[in-house]
Amino acid sequence: MNELVSVKGLTKSFGDNHVLRGVHFAISSSSVTTLIGPSGSGKTTVLRSLNSLEIPEAGIVRIDDVTVDFAAKPKASQLKRLRDQSGMVFQAHNLFPHKTVIENIVEGPVVVQKRPKEEAIADGLKLLERVGLGEKADQYPFQLSGGQQQRVGIARALALRPKVVLFDEPTSSLDPELVGEVLAVMKDLAVDGWTMVVVTHEIRFAQQVADQVLFMDGGVILESGPPAEVIADPKHDRTKQFLKRILDPI
Amino acid sequence: MNSTDWRLIQDNAWPMLEALLRVTIPLTALSFLLGLILALFVALARLSSRKYLSLPARAFISAVRGTPLLVQLSLIYYGLPQFGIQIDPFPSAVIAFSVNVAGYAAEVIRASILSIPKGQWEAGTTIGMDYGTTLRRIILPQASRTAVPPLSNTLISLLKDTSLASVITVSEMFRIAQVAAAQSFQFFTLYLVAAVYYWVVCVALSAGQNRLEARFDRYVAR
Repeated sequence: MNELVSVKGLTKSFGDNHVLRGVHFAISSSSVTTLIGPSGSGKTTVLRSLNSLEIPEAGIVRIDDVTVDFAAKPKASQLKRLRDQSGMVFQAHNLFPHKTVIENIVEGPVVVQKRPKEEAIADGLKLLERVGLGEKADQYPFQLSGGQQQRVGIARALALRPKVVLFDEPTSSLDPELVGEVLAVMKDLAVDGWTMVVVTHEIRFAQQVADQVLFMDGGVILESGPPAEVIADPKHDRTKQFLKRILDPI
Repeated sequence: MNSTDWRLIQDNAWPMLEALLRVTIPLTALSFLLGLILALFVALARLSSRKYLSLPARAFISAVRGTPLLVQLSLIYYGLPQFGIQIDPFPSAVIAFSVNVAGYAAEVIRASILSIPKGQWEAGTTIGMDYGTTLRRIILPQASRTAVPPLSNTLISLLKDTSLASVITVSEMFRIAQVAAAQSFQFFTLYLVAAVYYWVVCVALSAGQNRLEARFDRYVAR
């Protein structure tokens, strides 16, 4: 499998708070990578650095043939090229409330990528079918449940035909009952061969679906490998402690 | 009211209505439109992290809101000719009112833009949009919903404020009433007619506001 994404030496601080202290990893294409770790460990910052929503002070991010060296103060146009490589699913879905479901999905393809509207709508409807919401195309986001909104968010990200799909805690703000339907869609996408990077607290999802698990703590990746190693048989005490707390909270 | 009053109303109601339709309403509409356009740029400058944009915007808003409209009108119409800049009454009024609207509306627009969650900007960015496209397609359509009630206030105030243009000899409706009153000494009757005219237009504007709000509410849970 070829290496689609590589990240080297990411550092970032907010004031005195060093959020990232040198983060390195690589992702092969059509694989699922999950970033796990305690709050404040830097997982979301790493994810947001991959599409430069967050600008690290130093470090190199490469996605396919686009490389950005953050230490060299990249220009806006370079950041835009990096950003175009990925799609993003947010914790709070961030759907456009004034647009219908299908309008949300075709906004990027039509307005930014200048694809013909009919084609974008046809593709968008197929994506909606894929996330199980074929009937909802003409509804507004407020008419959907939290799980449905998040699935539309996923379809909107996929509509850009990105090389990588980034998920920032996609189920954290959902009612527990609705988590399953979103995770099920993400599983399907993994089977379809999408390359995915998922920041999550869903350890069982990581265990079942991930090819690679990255455990972050204190701004570095402390442990990485397949779930059979990192989750089932962690080496670091910190990893063991975290997993114990999250899997067995009482 | 006696028959002289009715005669007076009959004689002046039509010229006042004509002035309302030909001067007051166009003056209001034109000033509001130009004012809003200016306000959008002032609001964006005020929101900018670049000091050379935000500081002049702040100064502009402060100057407009900190000085009386009557003084602003007088500065433009009576003051500028001292520097060789002579502008006709109607365009003078349009300039003064537009600038005045811009000062107030800029703050309304700024607050409305700030009321949109940061996640909306980020969502626009991640689907590949630049600042201008995100603003135009994602932020402003949502901010408009928040801005409609306060901007309606601005518009209604403006309509009534156009009566101040009488002091720079614009023949808007109130000026026509003043002239007629000065000849007949029937101040109360004529000014009452003017008041009713303003009120009727304001009622129509409020109705327009309600329709606009209902339109914007179609995508919001109730």
